[in-house]
Amino acid sequence: MGTSDMTNDITRLSASDLASALSKKDLTSVEATQAHLDRIAAVDGDLNAFLHVSTQEALATAADVDARRQAGEELHPLAGVPIAVKDVVVTKGLPTTAGSKILEDWVPPYDATLVERIKAAGLPILGKTNMDEFAMGSSTEHSAFGNTKNPWDLDRIPGGSGGGSAAAVAGFEAPLAIGTDTGGSIRQPGAVTGTVGVKPTYGGVSRYGLIAMASSLDQAGPVTRTVLDAALLHELIGGHDPHDSTSIDEPVPGVVAAARQGATGDLKGVRVGVVKELSGEGYQAGVSARFEESLEQLRALGAEIVEVSCPSFAHALDAYYLIMPAEASSNLAKFDGMRFGLRVEPAEGPVTAERVMGATRGAGFGDEVKRRVILGTYALSAGYYDAYYGSAQKVRTLIQRDFAAAFAKADVLVSPTAPTTAFRFGEKLDDPLAMYLNDVATIPANLAGVPGMSLPNGLSDDGLPVGFQILAPAKADDRMYRVGAALEAALESGWGGPLLNKAPELKTTELAR
Amino acid sequence: MTAPSTATATSLVAYEDAVRRYDPVLGIEVHVELGTLTKMFCAAEVAFGGEPNTQVTPVSLGLPGALPVVNGKAVEYAIRIGLALNCTIAESCRFARKNYFYPDVPKNFQTSQYDEPIAYDGWIDVELEDGAVFRVEIERAHMEEDAGKNTHVGGATGRIQGAEYSLVDYNRAGIPLVEIVTRPIEGAGDRAPEVARAYVQTLRDLFRALDVSEARMERGNVRADVNLSLRPTPESPLGTRTETKNVNSFRSVERAVRYEVSRQAGVLDAGLPVIQETRHFHEEDGTTSSGRVKSDAEDYRYFPEPDLVPVAPSREWVEEIRAALPELPTARRRRLQGEWGYADAEMRDVVNAGAIDLIEATVAAGTSAGGARKWWMGELARRAKQDEVSLEDLSVTPAQIAQLQGLVESGRINDKIARQVLDGTLAGEGDPEAVVVARGLEVVSDDGALLTAIDEALAAQPDIVEKVRGGNQGPVGAIIGAVMKATKGQADAKRVRELVLDRIGQ
Repeated sequence: MGTSDMTNDITRLSASDLASALSKKDLTSVEATQAHLDRIAAVDGDLNAFLHVSTQEALATAADVDARRQAGEELHPLAGVPIAVKDVVVTKGLPTTAGSKILEDWVPPYDATLVERIKAAGLPILGKTNMDEFAMGSSTEHSAFGNTKNPWDLDRIPGGSGGGSAAAVAGFEAPLAIGTDTGGSIRQPGAVTGTVGVKPTYGGVSRYGLIAMASSLDQAGPVTRTVLDAALLHELIGGHDPHDSTSIDEPVPGVVAAARQGATGDLKGVRVGVVKELSGEGYQAGVSARFEESLEQLRALGAEIVEVSCPSFAHALDAYYLIMPAEASSNLAKFDGMRFGLRVEPAEGPVTAERVMGATRGAGFGDEVKRRVILGTYALSAGYYDAYYGSAQKVRTLIQRDFAAAFAKADVLVSPTAPTTAFRFGEKLDDPLAMYLNDVATIPANLAGVPGMSLPNGLSDDGLPVGFQILAPAKADDRMYRVGAALEAALESGWGGPLLNKAPELKTTELAR
Repeated sequence: MTAPSTATATSLVAYEDAVRRYDPVLGIEVHVELGTLTKMFCAAEVAFGGEPNTQVTPVSLGLPGALPVVNGKAVEYAIRIGLALNCTIAESCRFARKNYFYPDVPKNFQTSQYDEPIAYDGWIDVELEDGAVFRVEIERAHMEEDAGKNTHVGGATGRIQGAEYSLVDYNRAGIPLVEIVTRPIEGAGDRAPEVARAYVQTLRDLFRALDVSEARMERGNVRADVNLSLRPTPESPLGTRTETKNVNSFRSVERAVRYEVSRQAGVLDAGLPVIQETRHFHEEDGTTSSGRVKSDAEDYRYFPEPDLVPVAPSREWVEEIRAALPELPTARRRRLQGEWGYADAEMRDVVNAGAIDLIEATVAAGTSAGGARKWWMGELARRAKQDEVSLEDLSVTPAQIAQLQGLVESGRINDKIARQVLDGTLAGEGDPEAVVVARGLEVVSDDGALLTAIDEALAAQPDIVEKVRGGNQGPVGAIIGAVMKATKGQADAKRVRELVLDRIGQ
């Protein structure tokens, strides 16, 4: 089992450690990539984090990077480090389903901008990760292709919508992954799987090639095991893209430098605002306890803890569940069987375009998608627009004002990422409202366009990981990396290593190599 | 949907009778395809006549993940149009999504401006054929993208009913459009059809002058939707309107309005309500037929396009565009009329004949304004009419006409020969100079050769010589005619006359 032990070691390295091993030529990218492919083969039968594993393409990229490194070429710091990509991001030549039957056999003819950047930097793409259909959900139970399991407890959800990316990183199948976050789909899975997830400032990472759910809320970002790794990936995928009109035409904030600075453990002069409305009732006791302890850690590192109030956050969920479905109802209109993807002809009667569209959408979309398309269509209807969509946009403005006022008093804001640890499969499936409440702490950031990070800050009483959320003002993503890295260093020194070391070993399937 | 039977059961009222008893009110929406190199929201090429579905990108096909980016050139063109229509240019305006499911709309929503057009509150003066000027008020000009083109195969009519299958070409999807919407056009009275036609024609000329579109009606670069309603008197509230879609020639615009006036008058005479609906125009017989009923207006669920940021043209940019606007058609006509010294009626004829550019180019090539007009409005107009083509489609250029007139003015050929030279040029024998040489049509200017012919003519008609010698110069024409005949018309008649009189001793 020598090979297996070696595999284990490589897959447990952080991306930055892997990158330095590669640059020192202690390891080749082919070895690193193969180790992760082996791990996927060994554990993904149970986890189901991947919808598609691109073995050949990943190894070809790895071999190419190795050859270029051997030839003395100047490479990107993350060159050769493998990565997994959420299946909502289009990849040229690799199937992209968004977790939906309606795109089951679709192979995109183009790459998302962030995928182009990943490829240009030479990161082998291991495959595409599972997700709630069209990123609609908080548990990945709404995937058309089966549940992804939480590596901490296979009976529990890995969060959602990006449960696949979070489980892949938590299960050591990939050191890096791409997620997308419309209402918490990077941060909440991070919290419940003990990983780091970052939603950058809206416009910080190009949305070109992200299959849109809600255009004004969607944002892609890193899913990793360390704050520094998130920063490295953030710098790689971030920055202006002329193909995305909403992309920020400014350099990416210095997030890697901020993470390195934070890791030195000095937060003197940093004002940390605790959002009064994002704690207390509805939060699991263990979640609240870990949160309080983290505040103490921050104080010990020199930070000043202040309380801030954001009263409009009380309406965030309501506004979100009008704006998101409204935009989604329009964004998902293109899935009609006319140009790509699934095409279903009506069982009987004439085969007209309208009827094919209806049959295709009826057969191709799952219940949660249909629920949101119907909600959104209703919210935009003549006569209801002002009351629903219009009012929701006003709430959005109020939330932005609350953030502005809070950031006048604090450099960053903090809260628990999710009110509870990972719940069991099926627990909230029949109660959409209970499911939606999972995102109560993450949604305000999307509505305001500000960046947010979740990092693991301990285990709850049930032995499952808890997430700590840090929010920063728009375009000041570096602040949360500084605070996050400082807290991470302090916590890990207390734990004697990463929190994921406490996760149970996954059962591995013997490899037939 | 079928036509409501009540509307078709009524009879048409003669146009003159209808406009005596009802006051027509127009409203016209004109779409113009902009002549940008690329589409409204992506870099796909805009070109006419490409193989289907070759001028596309993930954006214009509406593929998952694709995002629009506004074409700056299209915005500039829209501002040019807005300024030429005396509109206010918005300081900031947004695009919206117009949601509806149809296969030629790749995203199943059209990205269009809704409540925030780039240009609004303008006007344009329209000149009718008799020189009367009618002011049309512009409500708005907004930007949007074109849809793809459906081809229905297997049906008898090319329409979707009865077709076996349909094909969609997305080359046109995403081509930038500007839609110009008038306010209700009131006060046109019995001249409503003419006003409608002149308005669309004025816009077409404007688009060309602004260089924002080739504006070719036959290619669908310019498409008009004509709204019409009737009311008993100009003081009455507006009646219910119909919207006749895609009326795509000037003549059709005029005919569609005439027909709707007659039809709606018939409906109202029968005591029935006009149904608010879209109607199709039929080129073959100039009628319209019922399309979609609009009374329960379709709900397009408009909302601001979240994938785009507002378009906010700086005031400096708008002023730069204004300063660079080319001379507009009305001002140009006024200037050219002054320069050319044409009477009002002459100028109107030139404009109506579509000869203004041709005459301008001929004058620029060195011909007098009178000479240029003589050709284009005379001989060339006659030939164009005879061949049923437009002046600009004749295979002769203004430069060639200038050369031809130059030959006449220098005396190398006369008017009669000039028409033969024109025949040669039109037949593809080359420039007039070349035709003269090749056909040997140069005027006989050798007095020796002429004198021989004159002497023969004099000898043949001694009685006429006597009369002329007797002081009566009238019959000298007979001698000149004989000489011209002998020289096959290539002699300069004036010179012949001089020589004849000289020979006779007068």
